[in-house]
Amino acid sequence: MNNNLYQYLLQLGDNALILGQRLCEWTGVAPELEIDLALSNIGLDLLGQANQWYEYAAELKGGDATPDTIAFLRDAHEYRNVQLVELPNGNFADTILRAVIFDTFNLLLHEALTQSSDQRIGAIAARAVKEIGYHARYCKNWTLRLGGGTEESHQKAQKALNDIWDYAFEALTPGPVDHWAKEAGIGPDLEQVKSKWEATLQQVFHQASLQIPKPGFVDRKAKSEGIHTEHLGYILAEMQFLQRAYPNLQW
Amino acid sequence: MQDIDVKSLETAFQDRIDQEIKIEPRDWMPEDYRKNLIRQISQHAHSEVVGMLPEKNWLTRAPTLKRKMALLAKIQDEGGHGLYLYSAAETLGVSREEMVRDLLSGKAKYASIFNYPALNWADMGVIGWLVDGAAIVNQVALQRTSYGPYSRAMIRICKEESFHQRQGYDICLQLARGSDEQKRMLQDAINRWWWPVLMMFGPHDSASAHSAQSMKWKIKRVSNDGLRQKFVDQTVPQLEFLKMTAPDPQLKWNEERGHYDFGEIDWDEFWNVVKGVGPCNKRRLAVRNKAHDDGAWVREAANAYAQKNN
Ligand SMILES: [Fe+2]
Ligand SMILES: [Fe+2]
Repeated sequence: MNNNLYQYLLQLGDNALILGQRLCEWTGVAPELEIDLALSNIGLDLLGQANQWYEYAAELKGGDATPDTIAFLRDAHEYRNVQLVELPNGNFADTILRAVIFDTFNLLLHEALTQSSDQRIGAIAARAVKEIGYHARYCKNWTLRLGGGTEESHQKAQKALNDIWDYAFEALTPGPVDHWAKEAGIGPDLEQVKSKWEATLQQVFHQASLQIPKPGFVDRKAKSEGIHTEHLGYILAEMQFLQRAYPNLQW
Repeated sequence: MQDIDVKSLETAFQDRIDQEIKIEPRDWMPEDYRKNLIRQISQHAHSEVVGMLPEKNWLTRAPTLKRKMALLAKIQDEGGHGLYLYSAAETLGVSREEMVRDLLSGKAKYASIFNYPALNWADMGVIGWLVDGAAIVNQVALQRTSYGPYSRAMIRICKEESFHQRQGYDICLQLARGSDEQKRMLQDAINRWWWPVLMMFGPHDSASAHSAQSMKWKIKRVSNDGLRQKFVDQTVPQLEFLKMTAPDPQLKWNEERGHYDFGEIDWDEFWNVVKGVGPCNKRRLAVRNKAHDDGAWVREAANAYAQKNN
């Protein structure tokens, strides 16, 4: 098995799965019914994408591997999502700021992946990119509303941005697997993605009258070494409960 | 003079109903017809929205990706039903804000079934199969209801509900074929939901406050007891196919009637839950109230932004 490719697929799948799982937590309790439905839509897209990345990963792995064994039967250190997506939902501004930072990256990444030298990756990305384009627009529009709405919403959005900003860079910082992907023509040069990402976000935050915090860079190593926040263990305890409590059953 | 006018309007109105012509928002209608419909449609909308909560309870613990996606899509459909129904009620001159306020204050009712807890994964199967199944039996009858917007909302909703029911039954089938633990989960869920589901059809016709007038106006088309019997008749074979049992020793086929006989509902429990003293009434309303309060600043921000930018 090509372990680099496998790890790369896990990065893609795990980001989608963990963010999708987080969005499920908003179901039934969002600020209004329309938002509830939109967040469910985004969650559904992400879970569907995770499933496709894991299908490919399971084929590579062979044996008894399935998308579900990959999603449900690994321990926390084996997950390759970035820390950003596992942060708690917080209030609606926290969720939206987390999303606008991540989705802006995710859209640029998937646009690049449509050109991947790996045709399977290109095909999955081509389907996903339309969905992610919608996610990015939705979160951008809410960032503008919160930033430019009331004083309270502006303050909450600014606080959310301040709290989250030093988690933003992990996705854009190439690890060994990203270097491999770039060399193999499978994934993009993250340095290039980063400059577009910064330009896009600067524009959005400017339009929303939000100040980008000082570049509080923290070297986070979830996607490259599986060193996560304390939150991931709880996400997995909940998500994996049935598979762990009653192993080897069909559901 | 005015009395005569109203009389003739009422006669003309009843004639239209009798001829199966749908009543539309701009048509004249008796004030009680309008009130009755607002009550029923808004209750129905609230039920869809509160009904998201028991299933949401297992969403983050769904055992496979496929089940998680299907459950999320189903809950999302229910929210969508809530939206269509609020819009249908708004055509009668009541705003969604007013309706929601009545829900949150406890003034308006919603289906009591959602005041029962979802305790194990099999509940996700049994809710889809039995709760959505019972809702379909009610709602198919409502497709022919006399008020146009309500009737059209029901037609649209029924299609999705039958999909939910199949999906729920599929979860049940998988558990019924599974391990002893899975079978135990399924039987436990059926035992807990069976009676509350039969209660979904409401009190006996003789004890139902709104039934007679609703039937005359064709807001309601089939009686509570008639619908309940129909549901039991169609469900027992499905139950037997699962090799599960209902918690009702009196449930058996009656050759003479051509229907299943079944035991008497615990009406004390029924009225208690209706009056707010059920297992989850307080919790469900508290969750809705918290979501609404926590979301207030977001809705204000959206309004303020829209005003500044138009
Ligand atoms: Fe529904
Ligand atoms: Fe449903």
